[in-house]
Amino acid sequence: MIEAKSLTRRYGPLLAVDGISFQVEPGTVLGFLGPNGAGKSTTMKMLTGFLAPSSGTAVIHGHDIRTDSLQARRQMGYLPEGAPLYGELSVERFLRFAAEVRGFRGTAVGQRVTAAADRLSLGEVMGQTIETLSKGFKRRVGLAQAILHDPPVLILDEPTDGLDPNQKHEVRRLIREMAADKIIIISTHILEEVDALCSRAMIIARGRLLADDTPTGLLARSRYHNAVTLVVDDLETAASRLGALPESREVEVRRGQLTIFPSSQGNLFEAVTRTIQAEGWQVDQLQLEAGRLDEVFRTVTDSAEAA
Amino acid sequence: MNNLGVILRRELASYFATPVAYVFIVIYLIMSAAFTFYLGAFYEREIADLEPFFRFHPWLYLFLVPAIGMRLWAEERKSGTIELLLTLPVTPTEAVLGKFLAAWLFIGLGLLLTFPIWVTVNMLGNPDNGAILAAYLGSWLMAGGFLAISACLSAATRNQVVAFILAVVVCFLFLLSGLPMVLDVFRGWLPQAMVDGIANLSFLVHFSSISRGVIDLRDLVYFGLVIGFWLAANRIVLEMKKAD
Repeated sequence: MIEAKSLTRRYGPLLAVDGISFQVEPGTVLGFLGPNGAGKSTTMKMLTGFLAPSSGTAVIHGHDIRTDSLQARRQMGYLPEGAPLYGELSVERFLRFAAEVRGFRGTAVGQRVTAAADRLSLGEVMGQTIETLSKGFKRRVGLAQAILHDPPVLILDEPTDGLDPNQKHEVRRLIREMAADKIIIISTHILEEVDALCSRAMIIARGRLLADDTPTGLLARSRYHNAVTLVVDDLETAASRLGALPESREVEVRRGQLTIFPSSQGNLFEAVTRTIQAEGWQVDQLQLEAGRLDEVFRTVTDSAEAA
Repeated sequence: MNNLGVILRRELASYFATPVAYVFIVIYLIMSAAFTFYLGAFYEREIADLEPFFRFHPWLYLFLVPAIGMRLWAEERKSGTIELLLTLPVTPTEAVLGKFLAAWLFIGLGLLLTFPIWVTVNMLGNPDNGAILAAYLGSWLMAGGFLAISACLSAATRNQVVAFILAVVVCFLFLLSGLPMVLDVFRGWLPQAMVDGIANLSFLVHFSSISRGVIDLRDLVYFGLVIGFWLAANRIVLEMKKAD
């Protein structure tokens, strides 16, 4: 379990992380969401022992990062932002270094390196110098280094940043595969990733924890949660007719789409479908919205800006 | 200290994976030979010793050792690998010592590769090989002092050029503090004991006796203390500046 207790970090007068507290259980993929400069990376740097907190602390599987940093770091695999690597070394030499520094000796080194390389399909580039690799391969080398000792905690700072869609898909698959018994914390500003990957999401802005929920829970905060969007031939008539329903609170016409927002009573979707059938409208699209994460993100972070 | 060796080997692997190692060794060998034969008048002296060879080592190290030391931490900070290194289960002491020792061994290798001059002097006469061994050891120790200074200053910046210049200046001050031109400034108004103290900080003063083959425990302790002091400072600077 990870327990962060009022983690705070100042850079001179700037308060980068402002008293963040949370607990994470194994089997969780936790996503840190937030605008650039929100304090996501700084929080990760404190968890991994790179930066000392100005105040507060965190406990990683029983090891306090302030008083027992070495043991705490042994529990973790870390992919720093941008996946920095020793570019002059070959992939194999670098991964051997990572294995040795993690305490493996003798034949165990080779086994660990091979296993991690297989997992990230690095076989063909093992002998290549890291700085000659493509961005996708570099990121995979960084991930291989992080998972090599099969740590119970993985902290990945923007693991899919700069990858092409296929590579993103691969990395997400890998994270999902490992998620069952580990604590995985990823940071991202790609909202779809939260939905695709995380079992829990935190929105961080200006160093503060603004929301801590499941992705579904976050979606439920959206104005669009349970709204109905449709494309219909006569938008004007449909808008006024559907807007008058007691189940509807508000309608919005945008780019040829009509969105009806639910009021607190009844089932809007049913009411809309009933009206469509009764009126005999020609409907091209009809959709019940789960909510829009980008809208939740904007609302939550904007309120932080205003505060 | 389990990871000291791991870090040391990785560092050495990096030296030989880049042109750094080869450029350094070749330049070092060419320069030391040039100094010995032209400025040191090795043949003309007609004395079978290596004094003309060792006499110029402080000046050679003044530029070559900061060139090795400047990358130790500045490069890690620039490329961000410092974050990788210091979040691995290694202690700051292991990291500082591992990097220092790798660079020091590497300079030692360069020094060893000057062996043809030792062979030459043995073919030409009957030198005191004990004294030569002592001078080699002293030269390596002095290089360690320069290197510890360079390593510490490298941790203070992410710019290797800045690290190099700072290191050359500080090394230069350590060299010069024993020369009359510095001491004369103090001689007029400081008590003799303090002037001696300043002179005693000088690499040149401590190296000059070793280079003649006289091993004085005080000189060894001096270089040991210089290395220890600057590596301790390196740890502190690293802790302060790593996240900037």
